[in-house]
Amino acid sequence: MREVAVIGISCTPFGEKWGCSFRDLFVEAGSLALDDANLSGEDIDAMYVGNMSAGRFIEQEHIGALIADYSGLSTRHIPSTRVEAACASGGLSFRQAVIAVASGMEDIVVAAGVEKMTDVGTGASVDALAGAADREWEGFVGATFPGLYAMIATDYMSRYPLTREQLAQVAVKNHYNGARNPIAQFQQEITIDTVLRSSLVADPLRLFDCSPITDGAAAVIVAPLDRAREFTDTPIRVLASEQASDTITLHDRRDISTLDATVAAGQRAFKTARITPKEIDLVEVHDCFTIAEICAIEDLGFCKKGEAGKLTADGVTALNGDLPVNTSGGLKACGHPVGATGIKQVYEIVTQLRGEAKGRQIDGAKIGMTHNVGGTGATVAVHILGV
Amino acid sequence: MSVARFWRKIPQRYNLIGTVCKTCGRHFFPPRSFCPDCRRSGDVVEYKFKGTGVVVTHTIIRTASDQFEDLTPYALAIVQLDEGPRITAQIVCPPEDVKIGMRVKGTFRRIAADGASGVIYYGTKYVPDE
Ligand SMILES: [Zn+2]
Repeated sequence: MREVAVIGISCTPFGEKWGCSFRDLFVEAGSLALDDANLSGEDIDAMYVGNMSAGRFIEQEHIGALIADYSGLSTRHIPSTRVEAACASGGLSFRQAVIAVASGMEDIVVAAGVEKMTDVGTGASVDALAGAADREWEGFVGATFPGLYAMIATDYMSRYPLTREQLAQVAVKNHYNGARNPIAQFQQEITIDTVLRSSLVADPLRLFDCSPITDGAAAVIVAPLDRAREFTDTPIRVLASEQASDTITLHDRRDISTLDATVAAGQRAFKTARITPKEIDLVEVHDCFTIAEICAIEDLGFCKKGEAGKLTADGVTALNGDLPVNTSGGLKACGHPVGATGIKQVYEIVTQLRGEAKGRQIDGAKIGMTHNVGGTGATVAVHILGV
Repeated sequence: MSVARFWRKIPQRYNLIGTVCKTCGRHFFPPRSFCPDCRRSGDVVEYKFKGTGVVVTHTIIRTASDQFEDLTPYALAIVQLDEGPRITAQIVCPPEDVKIGMRVKGTFRRIAADGASGVIYYGTKYVPDE
């Protein structure tokens, strides 16, 4: 297996982009990533694109070919493949690109992610997202996606000392970071009161515990490490690329409050990279809901079960803490265009490791991690990146 | 959900028909025809669940998809059936009354109306079982 490096990155601003089409979004992300790597389309050997539900959101399938075509690559007939694993589609797209390069099958590969969610109404998007869980045995009886995470929160709070205020602090921290990230959907700081006064969506989760509906696209380019310096002075190495699965329904899990797929993918990633959690300088975790960030910090092994709430309240996961979590603002404040999220996480870690994160820069960051979840934990992708 | 897709699962949805492995005693709902524990030595047969169980965790859904919006707010829970399997279900009672550890029993109810097809779906909801 060859070592792999990220040589180019880009991300569109995230938000409700009424003036932008699906095609506009990925063409912008793709062309900026090529610019960043000083490449032309001629150099690309293959593409992967993470996309959860273009069929539901814009009634368009066959996204792989569409993206290659509108990226101006149709005359070169490169392989272009859509990857789908609900909200983990982006993480899996990146992993497929890494595997293609590591195996020696391809040299220069684009991993993209895109989602255009605001072309349908809220009810329709809630229903499309519910497809990330089990349609027949969860969605059919009235389970919504926030409702499933709310049941994780209820279970968690009955067993561990997590307060409602500590949970709110996750959102406060992520909005603080988002206010320092120019591509973030939300650019304003909030207080614990903002969260506690927002409307209930699924008890105990309130509107400000939930990630928003977002349009956006991101793209990164990977190459063999030994060729990376042909394209960039700051290649970022892929130290581990791991993926795990679990039951599709929440109710069939071994433990409602532990994402065993996160535990498995995290442990494999640390083993592959031959490092321990202590050596991670910053991590982008999948905070689709505030409770999800609490579980992720624990399940990845950064602290014991039941401790992440206190860790958050104590500022350990803040920008100036020992383990900055979600410097981008996370899904909560940066936004969550589902298929693009896993690629945006890689974009953020690479930006930090290059030292280009400006107002939210973690000084001296050498090793970062991404954690991307599909559904309520049925798919998890974890990556470790290093300078 | 299409009529055929719903109709195929009527025995399970209406009557809680699952399966049990006679070799190891493990119950399955929704039914499985292959026991993952016993594999080829398993002997899996049909089983009608008693329909009683206990609330493991719960929430109150206040924003739902279009099909369920007229029911909000409603209680949703993960219920552990007395035979072992867990399911996700609505609990019919004042939603604030649902508590972890509460005993519940299955009851035949309207689940949702599909606006497009006009079909009304029935299935099992749960009520407090004092
Ligand atoms: Zn068996």
